[in-house]
Amino acid sequence: MTGDAGAEAMKGAAPAQLEVRGVTKAFPGCLANDDISFRIEPGEIHALLGENGAGKSTLVKIIYGVLQADQGELLWEGKPVTIHSPHDAREMGVGLVFQHFSLFETMTVLENIALAMNDVRDMAVLRQKVIEVEKTYGLPLDPDRHVYTLSVGERQRIEIVRCLLQNPKLLILDEPTSVLTPQEVEKLFETLRRLADEGCAILYISHKLHEVKALCQRATVLRGGKVVGGCDPREETAKSMAEMMIGQKLTAPDRGKDREFGDVRLEVSDLSLISDEQFGTHLKNISLKVRGGEIMGVAGVAGNGQNELFQALAGETEHEAAPDSIKIDGTSVAHFGPRRRRRLGAAFVPEERNGHGAVPDMSLSENGFLTAFRRMALAARGLIREVPTRSFADNIIKTFDVRTTGSGAEAGSLSGGNLQKFIVGREILQDPGVLVISQPTWGVDAGAASAIHQALLDLAAKGTAVLVISQDLDEIFAICDSVVVMSEGKMSKPRPMADVSIEEIGLLMGGLHDLDGNATPANDTALEGGRVGQA
Amino acid sequence: MVRLEPRRQHSQAMVYLSPVLAIFMTLVVGGIIFAFLGKNPFDALYTFFILPINNSYGISELFVKATPLVIIAVGLAMGFRANVWNIGAEGQLTMGAIFGGGLALYFHDSESLLLLPAMFVLGAIGGAFWASIPALLRTKFNANEILTSLMLTYVATLFLSFLVHGPWRNPEGFNFPESRPFPDAGLLPIIYDGTRVHLGTAVAVFVVIAGWLLLSKSVIGFQLRVVGKAPQAARHVGFRQKRMVWFTLLLGGALAGLAGLFEVSGPIGQLQPSISPGYGFTAIIVAFLGRLHPVGILFGGLIMALTYLGGELAQITLGLPNAVTGLFQGILLFFLLACDVLTKYRIRFGSIAAKGRTA
Repeated sequence: MTGDAGAEAMKGAAPAQLEVRGVTKAFPGCLANDDISFRIEPGEIHALLGENGAGKSTLVKIIYGVLQADQGELLWEGKPVTIHSPHDAREMGVGLVFQHFSLFETMTVLENIALAMNDVRDMAVLRQKVIEVEKTYGLPLDPDRHVYTLSVGERQRIEIVRCLLQNPKLLILDEPTSVLTPQEVEKLFETLRRLADEGCAILYISHKLHEVKALCQRATVLRGGKVVGGCDPREETAKSMAEMMIGQKLTAPDRGKDREFGDVRLEVSDLSLISDEQFGTHLKNISLKVRGGEIMGVAGVAGNGQNELFQALAGETEHEAAPDSIKIDGTSVAHFGPRRRRRLGAAFVPEERNGHGAVPDMSLSENGFLTAFRRMALAARGLIREVPTRSFADNIIKTFDVRTTGSGAEAGSLSGGNLQKFIVGREILQDPGVLVISQPTWGVDAGAASAIHQALLDLAAKGTAVLVISQDLDEIFAICDSVVVMSEGKMSKPRPMADVSIEEIGLLMGGLHDLDGNATPANDTALEGGRVGQA
Repeated sequence: MVRLEPRRQHSQAMVYLSPVLAIFMTLVVGGIIFAFLGKNPFDALYTFFILPINNSYGISELFVKATPLVIIAVGLAMGFRANVWNIGAEGQLTMGAIFGGGLALYFHDSESLLLLPAMFVLGAIGGAFWASIPALLRTKFNANEILTSLMLTYVATLFLSFLVHGPWRNPEGFNFPESRPFPDAGLLPIIYDGTRVHLGTAVAVFVVIAGWLLLSKSVIGFQLRVVGKAPQAARHVGFRQKRMVWFTLLLGGALAGLAGLFEVSGPIGQLQPSISPGYGFTAIIVAFLGRLHPVGILFGGLIMALTYLGGELAQITLGLPNAVTGLFQGILLFFLLACDVLTKYRIRFGSIAAKGRTA
């Protein structure tokens, strides 16, 4: 709460850049924003903290004119304003960098920028302006490159340049770093600090608390649609802010001591695949071994082949890799479909819950049946056995504390965290020998996330080999025993978690092995680089 | 102001209410159209919907017309559930009639009890064969089955026309474009004396029960629902989409072929250029009217059969063109699709701004 004193002092002097007063917004069945008030001063970097579903996105949409508040008002430089549309917001001087980029892949950087501007008269003038902004804020970007050739970090720069061209007085960034390497994050922060120095107010939305601590001067914490407090992140710890967000004490996952690993249960050797998607990433000479009882993390910036790796491991894609390039408990399976892999004791949890891990408009009971009917014997003579199917779903709901009206509820009616608990629970209760799980706590609230982490640790303790594909380095450091890094479809050699630093992983994520110029065998060169760094 | 507001969970009540609502609105609009045509709307609706079934013969005719609709629609519903859009049931029906009927013509002096079962099998094979072409094109070349199955319909009906005008024309038929009448052994037995209700009607009831079991209780039915609702989830667990395309098209084709055979070996008794008043197309409406559920399809089939009977009576007693039948079927489908919005959305009255002030 220390930050408030400073804010109070400023209040008298000058009007806030933006003041939100008593904003309330209701959706059917939930009060997304409940009497929210806070202010952002010019030149201030202000964090908006809160779990998923705390009401952050709704608030941002109201400020950006996408939604209208049911009640309350917005004051812009001290004057009440009504923002009818994003167009209005941009006109006024609000810029928004979206979490998911809205870019056309086949168009150039300049064309994409022109599309988002309120008025473009002359492309040559615009190009000049773009280059100016890039120079001023240290955002190198070739205006004539096509978007599909750009890295995610570069794509985000387009969005930022796009906003800066409008000379914003308030810049809103929604989870901007979830797709960046630690080094790219540092670069972004430099740009933001420079902007703030020039008097631009910045509203920074993130759940990565150490970043908030490094960047922001003040924070407003939301929980259940209400403001539950404010603080100066510089004087808090990540843990204390997290507890403020979830409203309860946080317990670190119990990893157990002196973990022993058994035989190799999942083995990938020299797996190369051409992606059949237009902008997919090809897998190049992937090799890894996960032993029983081990949790291995696959780190990397999104879009570097993690999806392709998951699909190859789960058997979703038809391909012509050698059968023995993937082995489950010693059996070659690369030519098997998902069903035969599951029969061997493998289980998979994809990143996307709705429509991939679960069918949203089917009941939980049916969703339990979806992956478990073989292993749990939920079908006989081609017919569904109703009673065991329902009791299997009930069992998942009970064991994993899934909040729902019952096994008859549609999967789509559950919150993200609860559905994820159901899906993870469905796989764990099948007692798998190998579990491959992608983004286990993506968009999941902190309570559910810690339950899922604990469940994965318990599963490994029983001798299962677990492969966790995650973009969240905190998660990897919290639960994994070893880590590999993916970059442009290549994979680094595994390293024990104990002797690797976040900086090293960051360098690998940024594609260090490309510096070598030596494409084959890629993962070996990457590791040489890594080892030299360590020695 | 009226707004649509998304529901958190699909309304089960609306799933069943929406066809009822759609039928009601069809009657209202139908009445208005009759009024514009200068007919008393109540008399006209009575003629159209009540008169055809106010005696036992009328009801039996309802069953006769509903039989092919129900059999075809159950097959189509399986495909629609799996996002396989077989629009060519009319062609598959025709091919079934040609295959099964061809057998009856070849053995036109047979008295064997095996003839009829053999015709059933050949009818089903004929329909399945015709549906296998779109299946092959879809799975091998990713050709849209909506187009291929529809276009093959015209090929099939023209092929039938060629046969009855040429090689299969009745040599004793005074040059009329018709085949020989089927032998008695190739005709469906009547199961209720004094009517035209034939064995096919009993088969239709069996198809409904089997379809319900397949869809709701079996693993393969589960698979095709998953493939339809969430293709990525289906891939994730290894339910292969191509297999579902083959399965649903072959099943739908076989049932349509069987229905076609029932028409020619039941009410018609021979092959002629036109053997169906668009049953294969109307069955699409029946499938949706019945919520793609076999039991619902049973009711949907009866309702659509009524529009055929009503249309005939309207021609005779009101002097209205036969197009009235198609008109009613179209209006019904229109309202049905419109009412389906209500399963995912609810209607709210009052403006956003007003709500803001009162909240």
